[in-house]
Amino acid sequence: MTDVASSAQPLLDIRGLSVGYTDRAGRVREVLRDVDLCVHAGQTLGLVGESGSGKSTLALAAMAYLKPGLRRTAGSVRFQGQDLFELPEAALQRLRGGVVGLVPQNAGQALTPTSRVGAQIEESLRLHTALGVDARRARALELLEQVRLPQPALLARRYPHELSGGQQQRVAIAMALAGGPRLLLLDEPTTGLDVTTQAHVLDLLRELHRSTGTTMVYVSHDLGAIARVCDRVSVMYAGELVLEGPARGVLRQPAHPYPRGLLASIPRLSAARLPASLPGRPPAPGEAGAGCAFAPRCGLVQPRCATERPVLRDVPGAMRARCHYAERAHGLDAPALSTPPREPAGLTDALLELRDLGVSYARRGWIDQLAGRPPAGPMTVDGVDLTLARGQVLALVGESGSGKSTVLKAVAGLLAPARGTMRLTAPVDVEGDLTGASNGDATTARRGDAGPQAVTLAPDVTRRARDVLRRIQLVFQNPDDSLNPRHTVATALAQPLQLYFGLSGVALRERSIEWLERVRLGAHYLDRLPGQMSGGEKQRVAIARAFAAEPDLVLCDEVTSALDVSVQAAVLDLLETLRRERGTAYLVVSHDLAVVRALADRVAVLYQGRLCEVGPAADVYARPSHPYTEVLLGAVLEPDPDHVPRLLAQDVVEAGPPARGCAFQRRCPKRLGPVCDEQVPPWRAVDVAGRHRVRCHLHLAV
Amino acid sequence: MTTPARPAGHWGQVLRDLVARPSGAVGLALVLLHLALAASSPWLATHDYKAVSPTLMLLPPGAEHWFGTDHLGRDVYTRTLLGGREALLVTLVATPVAVLWGGLLGVYLGLVGGRLDDVLMRVVDALLSLPWILKMLLLIVTFGTGLAVLVPTLAFFYGVPVIRIARAAAHNVVARDFVLAARARGHGRLAVIRRELLPNVLDALMVEGAMRWSWMLLAFSSLSFLGFGVSPPTPDWGLMVADARSYLPIAPWAGLFPIVALSSLIIGINLTADALAKAVGVDRAQKAPI
Repeated sequence: MTDVASSAQPLLDIRGLSVGYTDRAGRVREVLRDVDLCVHAGQTLGLVGESGSGKSTLALAAMAYLKPGLRRTAGSVRFQGQDLFELPEAALQRLRGGVVGLVPQNAGQALTPTSRVGAQIEESLRLHTALGVDARRARALELLEQVRLPQPALLARRYPHELSGGQQQRVAIAMALAGGPRLLLLDEPTTGLDVTTQAHVLDLLRELHRSTGTTMVYVSHDLGAIARVCDRVSVMYAGELVLEGPARGVLRQPAHPYPRGLLASIPRLSAARLPASLPGRPPAPGEAGAGCAFAPRCGLVQPRCATERPVLRDVPGAMRARCHYAERAHGLDAPALSTPPREPAGLTDALLELRDLGVSYARRGWIDQLAGRPPAGPMTVDGVDLTLARGQVLALVGESGSGKSTVLKAVAGLLAPARGTMRLTAPVDVEGDLTGASNGDATTARRGDAGPQAVTLAPDVTRRARDVLRRIQLVFQNPDDSLNPRHTVATALAQPLQLYFGLSGVALRERSIEWLERVRLGAHYLDRLPGQMSGGEKQRVAIARAFAAEPDLVLCDEVTSALDVSVQAAVLDLLETLRRERGTAYLVVSHDLAVVRALADRVAVLYQGRLCEVGPAADVYARPSHPYTEVLLGAVLEPDPDHVPRLLAQDVVEAGPPARGCAFQRRCPKRLGPVCDEQVPPWRAVDVAGRHRVRCHLHLAV
Repeated sequence: MTTPARPAGHWGQVLRDLVARPSGAVGLALVLLHLALAASSPWLATHDYKAVSPTLMLLPPGAEHWFGTDHLGRDVYTRTLLGGREALLVTLVATPVAVLWGGLLGVYLGLVGGRLDDVLMRVVDALLSLPWILKMLLLIVTFGTGLAVLVPTLAFFYGVPVIRIARAAAHNVVARDFVLAARARGHGRLAVIRRELLPNVLDALMVEGAMRWSWMLLAFSSLSFLGFGVSPPTPDWGLMVADARSYLPIAPWAGLFPIVALSSLIIGINLTADALAKAVGVDRAQKAPI
């Protein structure tokens, strides 16, 4: 082979690859259909698609690995000219972890829990290099330094569980680099990390690519992450490659209706509007018809699309698209797809008031309990003062471990607060129910007054009156977990309807169907079990179950973070519609600042269980006044290759709040000095009306 | 969507999956055969089970006595056929009782936790640390033999380990969001147990129940073998093996046939339990040994 030929030869060349499994009926169902993919040395390719699109299967097939049950039905995978599926197992083992490295999605699970991380990297080096023991040790430290872990010598001696998620991911990258890979496969490497950590890891990957020139295939559902590291992007849909081209073209002017819709469904920091949702859902493996797989959801659909399967062809913009009408995709303009900006809720009477709420997970020993001593150390959540108006959406934002969900659980009565009060205002006509008559834990504030009354919420859910319980409902993050797998949809919906309204028989069924229709599912869902529904459908049922109680307040715990973006947009739209129709207030917990921007009227920023900044969403996003808010907003990604996140603080994860002073003192990029360590900063208004408040010494000094 | 709009019942699906496995089909066939034989044995018996005949002692299997005769000249075929009835009757009553009380208590403890859970689980540990035969004999020696003592004794002691299994299974469910949602809605404890927890631990309890049944059969036969179970002349496999023990070198058939009968039943139950565990997705190998 001549030099010219080898330089023109792609590093990875996948031709006509089809992968499938045989179902119980003996039919072959293809999860990859006729995929052509070419990666040249030095490129960074992003593989984008929603769950089930086959992107991970394709990436793993690049090292001839197929999950059990899957087999190749057609095509070839060539790496450096070698057909990988023809290689013997021993050669493949040398290749995997050697010249082809893999960074898995969940590094915490991919690392061996019983072995020190340094030893695990040395093990990779032993398998894939000829280095001696001492050289391996030195190289392992080098690698840890290369992935920008502080104090590599100290870190190498740690066990995986002693590292934070971001650190674990860095160790996994170091391990993949140990074999000296020519091709690095990254399978959703930043999914599940906090925004700031994600921004740092992506920065590291960019840096690695610049310094080593390693070819990368980056698999992700997150177009923002792809935009950050990839120069080329391939979009997968229902096991097919539907669009391929340079990142800028694919992310700015995609010549295919699917990525167009996908881009429109991503909420943006820049706009307080709900993203446009993509109707429908992708076909299950083997269910795509004779025509284009995307045709049933496509805005450009023509009769031809249903019968004739498009081929991948060259289109303007140096892209290749699998669409008969790719040239028309530009006509589907983004503004036409997105919805108008939402109107903020104007109602001002308070529905929920939290005063000086404190929650502690610390368990006291029995001696302390007898002595009546409070638990030692600072509380997990402390001094939370929040007011939520009727019909308003208040979002609690912060990184994982910031205590957002803890606050939510305390309001729901599932976790007793150690301190503070929670009050719910309810209409006066239900006074008898509200006071709970028999026990005195629900006291009325303005007894005898006309108008609404504030009820103190009992810390424990079992001591709350039924009508109070009805007014507060919960929707959870994980759709697989929020419905009982053994209950049909009918049973799930019957629970609030029976409990709060005593419905049964025909009335129960009618009301259930009514709610299913309101969340845009039909009566035929009544007999389904959770296992027979998609994530988005399950979440709709969970939302219907919460709203069936006709609550005043719905607590939403990361309700869309487990969903694909196109499904997320539909669920956000549903939540907004229900809020408008019924005047329900939401207390939303989310780590996704773009989702919060789309949904919330007011934002409260939490760090280590302490409020940093509270204010109207528009003000907080336009003028973030607490250094932590700036850090969070700076790290948010946009699906735009030219967007550069600002990394303002280190992505150190703190184990607990400091004993004294400002909660953010240790990571703050604008730290003033000892005053931050010693004194808790007081609240201070940023705007004239005093609605936007911040808790930072910086603003006192000015 | 590949799934039908109207779901097949969970247990119907489990049964189909169970029979589709070779171990499940064989096991279930063995168990059903034993149950059928036990129910119809009075009509299948060829002789009087207690007819003693000094002239017919220790006859080898032949045309008249298909399985031969024992040391008292009783027909082994008849006695083997009838020998499982008592054991099956006792265990078929005691097993559900054991699974029911152990399962309910376990699920309750798994939900409430706290001090009650701490104390009761230490009692369970203490009970489990004693060899079963010791505690069993203690009760039987105190209260005497007979079904009125045997059934409650077996049901009690074999329910204790079920507490653990049910508690562990409930623990896996209690922290899940749908249980939190039910608690936040304000459902009472019993409603949460009945609607949210029990349907999700039933799989584990079914498998556990099948295993308990086979162990209980062995325990009952062992008690009979030791002379604390069925009293002669009622035929019982354990008792028959005990009687035949001294004559095994010269008349192995008197012991062999009841052993084969008991073993095939136990194997049948174990195969069924294994297949059931796989069909419902509870792998026994993953559970803590009790």
